[in-house]
Amino acid sequence: MAHERNIGDTILSVDQISLSFGGVKALSNISFAVKEHEVFAIIGPNGAGKSSMLNCINGFYHPQEGTITFKGNTRRQVRPSEAARQGIARTFQNIALFNGMSTLDNIMTGRNTKMNKGIFWQALRFGPAEKEEMEHRAVVERVIDFLEIEAIRKTAVGTLPYGLQKRVELGRALAAEPDLLLLDEPMAGMNLEEKQDMCRFILDVNDEFGTTIVLIEHDMGVVMDISDRVVVLDYGKKLAEGTPDEVRTNQDVIDAYLGVSHDDEEA
Amino acid sequence: MLFLLETVISGLMAGVMYALVALGFVLIFKASGIFNFAQGVFALFAGLALYDFIATDGWFYELFGFALPVWLGIIATMGVMIIVAWLVEFLVLRHLVNQEPIILFMSTIGLAYFLEGLGDILFGSDVKPLDIGLPQGASDYLLDNFNLYVEKLEVVAAVVAAVLVVVLAIFFQKTRIGRALRAVADDHQAALSVGISLRTIWVIVWSVSGFVALVAGVMWGSKSGIQFSLSLIALKALPVLILGGFTSVPGAIIGGLIIGVGEKVAEVFAGPYVGGAIENWFAYVLALGFLLIRPQGLFGEKIIERV
Amino acid sequence: MFYREAGQFKTSYKADQAIFTITQDKFFVGLVLIVAFCVVPIFINDYWANAILIQFLVYALAALGLNILTGYCGQVSLGTGGFMAVGAYASYKLVTSFPEMNFVLAILLSGGITAAVGVVFGLPSLRIKGFYLAVATLAAQFFLVWLFNKVGWFFNYSPTGMIVSPPREMFGFLVTGPEAHPGARYLFCLTFVAIFALAAKNLVRGRVGRSWMAIRDMDIAAELIGIRPLEAKLTAFAVSSFYIGVAGALYFNVWLGTAEPTEAFDINQSFFVLFIVIIGGLGSILGSFLGAAFMVLIPILMKNIMVDGFGFAVGAAKHAEVMLLGTLIILFLIVEPHGLARLWEILKEKLRKWPFPY
Repeated sequence: MAHERNIGDTILSVDQISLSFGGVKALSNISFAVKEHEVFAIIGPNGAGKSSMLNCINGFYHPQEGTITFKGNTRRQVRPSEAARQGIARTFQNIALFNGMSTLDNIMTGRNTKMNKGIFWQALRFGPAEKEEMEHRAVVERVIDFLEIEAIRKTAVGTLPYGLQKRVELGRALAAEPDLLLLDEPMAGMNLEEKQDMCRFILDVNDEFGTTIVLIEHDMGVVMDISDRVVVLDYGKKLAEGTPDEVRTNQDVIDAYLGVSHDDEEA
Repeated sequence: MLFLLETVISGLMAGVMYALVALGFVLIFKASGIFNFAQGVFALFAGLALYDFIATDGWFYELFGFALPVWLGIIATMGVMIIVAWLVEFLVLRHLVNQEPIILFMSTIGLAYFLEGLGDILFGSDVKPLDIGLPQGASDYLLDNFNLYVEKLEVVAAVVAAVLVVVLAIFFQKTRIGRALRAVADDHQAALSVGISLRTIWVIVWSVSGFVALVAGVMWGSKSGIQFSLSLIALKALPVLILGGFTSVPGAIIGGLIIGVGEKVAEVFAGPYVGGAIENWFAYVLALGFLLIRPQGLFGEKIIERV
Repeated sequence: MFYREAGQFKTSYKADQAIFTITQDKFFVGLVLIVAFCVVPIFINDYWANAILIQFLVYALAALGLNILTGYCGQVSLGTGGFMAVGAYASYKLVTSFPEMNFVLAILLSGGITAAVGVVFGLPSLRIKGFYLAVATLAAQFFLVWLFNKVGWFFNYSPTGMIVSPPREMFGFLVTGPEAHPGARYLFCLTFVAIFALAAKNLVRGRVGRSWMAIRDMDIAAELIGIRPLEAKLTAFAVSSFYIGVAGALYFNVWLGTAEPTEAFDINQSFFVLFIVIIGGLGSILGSFLGAAFMVLIPILMKNIMVDGFGFAVGAAKHAEVMLLGTLIILFLIVEPHGLARLWEILKEKLRKWPFPY
């Protein structure tokens, strides 16, 4: 299912990234490029290094070799908080929400990088700090509205069911108005309905806000449906890169991951 | 030169005493993931109980009209410590399964307060001299031949500590129970799911720890009498564990020795320049330095975080 | 049925995020404040001031500080006693070196100095966490007590090693020293505590508080969404130490009058404030007050019941108190880790329906 979009130039380029932990090589010479406004998928068997790749883009892992260029800035390693400030947001495989806070507060933390009234104004609250808080609350409410989670605004996130937690986590990432959104297995553990909802949200984000999306996903139906381009990793090496159709018919990919090609040509 | 040697030896001996107490902490931490702040109070409690069994001015004598011989007293005290371990498991640990370490730590602070108050009420707070037949006084051999002042008691303590370390190390590495203990320390829920009975394990390990506390209580008690400063030993054990690693039995010994020597040497040689009493904080600052450079201590396990 | 919110709608975000969203709450708190500021000073006497109220206020303030650091930001600290000492000694040096300085200014400056010290001892928190950080704060605790014992400059080389608070006035009323009226001392502390509590509440419900709680709940995720751990943690240490420093200054000047480091600011003090925070509720402003009230009243209750009521010896009452404290800590940790504050909330929930059971 292709849809009309104006895909721009390369916004993120990964060049010859290699990452090792002790003796284990997690990534070997990985290179690919992601274009602005597109939906880009990273797929591969478990342990292929997909999450590690996202962690490198994020700044959580520091690769030994290679560089990452984002919006023109080239670097090998970066502090995670700096990566966030540059416009990269992310969700996690195992949900990383702040369990002691409500949904609203969790999503408000996504606005943290944009709020800057200092401690003394915060302690006073009356005046500039209050105004700032209300401005950002309005933005967050738009995100809550978009994700249809108004009813659970004040609920402590630790008590929410898994599917809703994933949505709140997406909300927190969206609140930061990122240029690049990294999604680590956003559909994991969901049933068909929840997956459809999540797909819709991801596509809407890409449509409405033009956010570039890089996602890791195992559900091949989803990947083939919504991605513009795909890269396949296996044992830390790149197997193939291209459109979903190109990748699906690549023999190496079939051998390593997809298995014998099956007949699900419905798009 | 001789003075330095004496200071170092004195430090080593003090270190062995620290190590004895630190061992109890390591055991419980290895098996429950808890830092048992009450360990010092355990040692105190064990010492008080032992004194009560073998002395002529305690409850036991009042109730039964005779005092136990030392060897029987030790066994009886061990029985008391097992009961304490069982009660701790039943009343406290069972209800705190899978809580964060800091909650468990704070519950042991509560436990320490409780036992200290109980000990005070049951046994009174005056200092009790503990004489169980361990040799006292300076070693004549060393004094005559090498002009070194070393207490015989401390030599005995060093030997006892060495034996304990070997026994415990074998216990953890080679036995089935030892393996179960290590599993429990790693992950309570996972251990439960493979059929390890947390309760039994905890009672066992807290009893063993109680035994170590008893040994420590006896050593300290023979040296300076059973008194309440023993309960503050927990605070001294922390730097020892930081240095040696919270999960390492040999680490507790090495850490204890380093702290013991470091304290004494610093006090003797740097103390006069700053008015003395450096011992109060030297161990901590040393531990702090370690925390910044090598948080897992010399022999501990490295903690890895994943996202 | 008296405590219901039915009919109370919020029509703006500002109203939704106010401190007190239920009218009954606003009324109740207003009443408490009026009584505290206007009624109590008239009826107060020395016993109430010294034995209960001023202690309560000072410890509530210290608990607010520790709660910010440990309850909201998740950084364990066992150095509260030491930091109170910094506040006390800083105020002593300021007041004796600059006798003309406004007393309130001296207290606030003491807080500032303590904040700076707190930031220094908080630096290790960038590399070590949780329980290990507690050890670092213990280092601070023991070192600071030793420092104030040994270095003569701090106690103006007095031969006894103790510091004495000179009489100081505010708006013409003596607030320190033996001649001061208990009402004046009480009001002085109360004003500080009320303002600081409001400031604390504002901080924790805004951007800064959220970044603290994010660090507490999952610091890795916090960093990955853009919160700078250095900034957040050191801010927590700074604000917390400021509060604790002011509490220490008030403790020494207004309550104790004279102080000596080992007795007044040792590790037991650190545990005392920690217990307040645990029993009151970690991460709760109200909890700091509830916990302080609880911990201040317990010894008095124990003494009244055991010594005056049953005729036990004073020593035995003390030991029983220690046992009770230990039991309560364990009980709270098992049953209600969120402390009295949560119990209070549960009570309010029940009040919504009372007197109808369903």
